[in-house]
Amino acid sequence: MTRRALFLLPALLCLAGCQRETQVEKANREGILIFGNSNEPKGLDPQVVTGVLESNILRALFEGLVSDHPSDDAAIVPGGAQTLEPDATATVWTARLRPNAKWSDGTPVTARDYAFSYERILTPEFGAKYAEMLYFLKGADRFNKGETKDFSTVGVEVIDDLTLRLTLRGPTPYFPQVLKHYTWNPVPRHVVLKHGTMTQKGNPWSKLGKIVSNGPYQLKSWRRNDHLEVERNPHYWGAADVTLNGVRFLPITNSYTEARMFRDGQLHTTYTAPPEIVDLMLKENPKVLRQEPYVGTLFIRCNTTRKPLDDARVRRALSLSFNQQEICDKILRGYKPAYGMTPPMAGYDTPHAVTFNPEEARRLMTEAGFPADAKGKRPDFPRLKYLLASRETAATTAQAIQAMWRKELGIEVEIENKEWTAYLAAMQELDYDLAGSGWIGDFLDPLTFLEMWSDGNGNNLTGWSNPKFEELLKQSHQEADPAKRYAILREAETIMTAEAPVLLTAWYARNYLLDPSVEGWYPLLLDNHPFDSIRLRTK
Amino acid sequence: MARIIINRLVQGLLTLFVLVTITFFLVRMMPGSPYTDEKALPAHILEQLKAYVGLDKPLPVQYLTYLKNLVFEQDLGVLLKKDGVTVSEIISQSFPVSALLGVLSIGIALMVGIPAGIIAAVKKNGPLDYACLAAAMTGICLPSFVIGPLLAVFAGLGLKSLNVAGWNTAADWIMPALTLGMVNAAYLARLTRGGMLDVLNQDYIRTAKAKGVPGWRIVTRHALRGGLIPAVAYVGPAFAGMISGSFVIETIFQVPGMGQHFVNATTDREYFLIQGLVLFYGFLIVGANLLSDLAQIALNPRLRAAA
Repeated sequence: MTRRALFLLPALLCLAGCQRETQVEKANREGILIFGNSNEPKGLDPQVVTGVLESNILRALFEGLVSDHPSDDAAIVPGGAQTLEPDATATVWTARLRPNAKWSDGTPVTARDYAFSYERILTPEFGAKYAEMLYFLKGADRFNKGETKDFSTVGVEVIDDLTLRLTLRGPTPYFPQVLKHYTWNPVPRHVVLKHGTMTQKGNPWSKLGKIVSNGPYQLKSWRRNDHLEVERNPHYWGAADVTLNGVRFLPITNSYTEARMFRDGQLHTTYTAPPEIVDLMLKENPKVLRQEPYVGTLFIRCNTTRKPLDDARVRRALSLSFNQQEICDKILRGYKPAYGMTPPMAGYDTPHAVTFNPEEARRLMTEAGFPADAKGKRPDFPRLKYLLASRETAATTAQAIQAMWRKELGIEVEIENKEWTAYLAAMQELDYDLAGSGWIGDFLDPLTFLEMWSDGNGNNLTGWSNPKFEELLKQSHQEADPAKRYAILREAETIMTAEAPVLLTAWYARNYLLDPSVEGWYPLLLDNHPFDSIRLRTK
Repeated sequence: MARIIINRLVQGLLTLFVLVTITFFLVRMMPGSPYTDEKALPAHILEQLKAYVGLDKPLPVQYLTYLKNLVFEQDLGVLLKKDGVTVSEIISQSFPVSALLGVLSIGIALMVGIPAGIIAAVKKNGPLDYACLAAAMTGICLPSFVIGPLLAVFAGLGLKSLNVAGWNTAADWIMPALTLGMVNAAYLARLTRGGMLDVLNQDYIRTAKAKGVPGWRIVTRHALRGGLIPAVAYVGPAFAGMISGSFVIETIFQVPGMGQHFVNATTDREYFLIQGLVLFYGFLIVGANLLSDLAQIALNPRLRAAA
């Protein structure tokens, strides 16, 4: 062996023996959280996008009047507003903005930015899909529906650069919870107008290289279907307290790929964990598996405009005759049986509406005019179609319910799987019998689970309405006392669940994987983790 | 020769026109629309959104506008669910990735498939032939969504130096290129074997053998040219398919390529993106077919005489 080769030997040995640092280890050193975010964001304009995955990125980039707390969803943390004061009836709210709040280009954030943003999202020409989130403001619905062109009729008032007054449609003691939603985030007026007009569709202000934000982070890089990374916003008022240097969001659509990447040390946290991965991790590495409650309800919509589902007794019978507990234990993993529409949250006592009771279900069926024959079958009951969008656990759940109905009620339903948009279209045209669906709450208040069932709401899609229910909802908008308001909402929910326009199936849980190096990450009902207080432990 | 090229180009243009037209109307016949969302949109907002991209106009007007923009301004339109993003932006970002992956894969497919096919043909009915055939059959029968995850679990999780997914370093190219390449290598091996066997049975090969030409020289000098013709006919369109991306490979290995846009654009009812992608793919196919025809003419003296 020549001398040169001898010299190379240690290097070669090191190359063979050294274990390469994983991406998570490298990111821990750099203080960057790698976050599985399920898909490519549809955009970064808080007044245009509508999805959960977009909201994860917006939470890093933007800050509204109030912020999220790292361990308590119900807590109100001052954000862009130093103080937020209600009047005696909780109808008029005055926000005093931080004098040192700045956009990431150094321009101060003013009350005008907020007012501009609210006018923008509510202007009908802009066509914002989530404009309804701002209907809490007095006159917002009329302005958004084009009944008036005068924005001064909407309850948004700029007192001075640092004072904003919001007048609501009625007493709203839980308003700070609503304000946490990203639709209430400000957008930089000066940047939006620099790249186009206020209501211009496709205004490029929120693209890479142009976007300016007011949250703890600013956009650093974005490669479509590959990654999106945010870095510290040096102008953020609380920059000194921000612990995490950045977040890298990966749009991993395939949950098995995501789990493999996690196991390979390429991710700190996954967006989800399918049941097979839950089983595998329970065996392999249970400490990384997280199973936490999430404010969402899984249900089956009934088309109440069709026979025999127009009869509340039939819907009740269907609802009482499948065993939610068994479905949660065997299929949905970590989900809880849903005895009401609103999952447990914010001190609200959900009325108990559904328990598995096949006896009562059979009685109701017979009463509704569908008696059982000698073999327990109900020959008069039509064969219903159960619509689904092809997702694996949803399909398994549907098959389980189908079998339980056959066993308990002696009826047959047919499962019809459609592709996502076709499924949505069928639901919106009321061209279905039963449809497997779900809803994730927008904010921590029962209203986000109840208002959707009001007449004409874009999420109702069942054809169901009830004047007493509408009346109670309206009443709740005018009630300032939180305890009385909850009592009114309970009454409304009792009416709704008794008539069962939807068959409650389960309350959501979130199954996902989290690397042990992540600290300061707590279970949250809305899953809105503020990134700025997370720490990454290096070995 | 020039006549053939011009002829093919005219045919290609006609094909693309028919393709654009059929796609335009077919995508609009799918249930739902780009504005079908979990929450039904209020009518007045829906009108605004449609008017913004001209979807409120009658279908023939929309069609003519689309053609006009396409021909005169090379404008493929915008995305309907991603505000402010254009179709050309999507294609120009994702195509280079798919093209790189496609070139690597076709390289693997050619380097593995053709020698395997030749060896199988020369050692006909021998153990080597059976081994090649069995491997090729396995490659054809096992879909990429089986090979991909297996590779990722065993190689990716097993070897520290390979990531199971992602597209950041050159090492990340290995597994997706292997998965995509091996399936095509299997086809190529079978086609090459078939082509070579045909040629090896021809009289002129027997003559060459009788003249005492060494075996390897018969294969490389005399048989290969004719034996490759079926493989070449396959490689053209397969190459176009490979450089335009694969949904399965891209989602398994988290590759930011073009293939996933084909599928997602369809479920999202991204009318303009579907049309743009189909047109682009059509363009690649027409081009690849033309090249493959020219290569066949170069390989086949009979076709050359006809040209």
